[in-house]
Amino acid sequence: MRHRVKGRKLGRTATHRAATKNALVKALFLHKKIKTTVAKAKETRVFAEKLITKAKTDSVANRRYVARFINDRDVVKELFEEIVPTIGDRPGGYTRVIKLGFRAGDAAETAIIELVDYNDVGSEPKAAKTETAEVEEVEVEDVKTETTAAVEEAEVVEEVTEEKEEPKAETPEATEEPKDDTEEDKKEETK
Amino acid sequence: MAHPKRKISKARRDKRRTHYKGTAPALTSCANCGEMKLSHRACPSCGYYAGKSMFVPES
Repeated sequence: MRHRVKGRKLGRTATHRAATKNALVKALFLHKKIKTTVAKAKETRVFAEKLITKAKTDSVANRRYVARFINDRDVVKELFEEIVPTIGDRPGGYTRVIKLGFRAGDAAETAIIELVDYNDVGSEPKAAKTETAEVEEVEVEDVKTETTAAVEEAEVVEEVTEEKEEPKAETPEATEEPKDDTEEDKKEETK
Repeated sequence: MAHPKRKISKARRDKRRTHYKGTAPALTSCANCGEMKLSHRACPSCGYYAGKSMFVPES
């Protein structure tokens, strides 16, 4: 029975594990989005959410409490003065873990953990990228339409020349090639 | 202590192993790029998950 057994050992001693969690949380608050293994991401999630909840009430005691784990004054300041206001009144669930698949080398399953309210910040280059992709797609479509338009123009020219050259031979052509005529008629209608 | 009386022949060993089978991963097509991907994971080819870009692929 594994009743009341919480957390993961991560294959580390207690001190090593604490140091790992501190480093991961510090990196998360600093960069808002970090890539790690799924196990470490989920451990970081638990720890980070507790620290953020603690940081929601700004006091010297709470700052010192958080500073016990985050060994960087700038990051503590960032947490209290940047991250917490950005989070606003979100009642927990400040982080998000997205699985990424398996890492080459040790086949560990990797994941991204990010602060939910900074997701837009983290995805700015991606949004730009998607926009560029859309633009590229539009350009491609334009090219296609241009080419099709050119083809249509060429067809129109051909039709005109045919009509000019053979105005009397329409009846035998119609008997010989009824499909072509109908197709041309359709095209003309669409145009 | 009890011991095996006979060595397991290659045939018996291999017959036992006929039931050791791998399973194909259950793939789904990515909603963004259409490539096959593992479900509940960001698409490795386009980096999208749940309609959002999670990372930019190297290519």
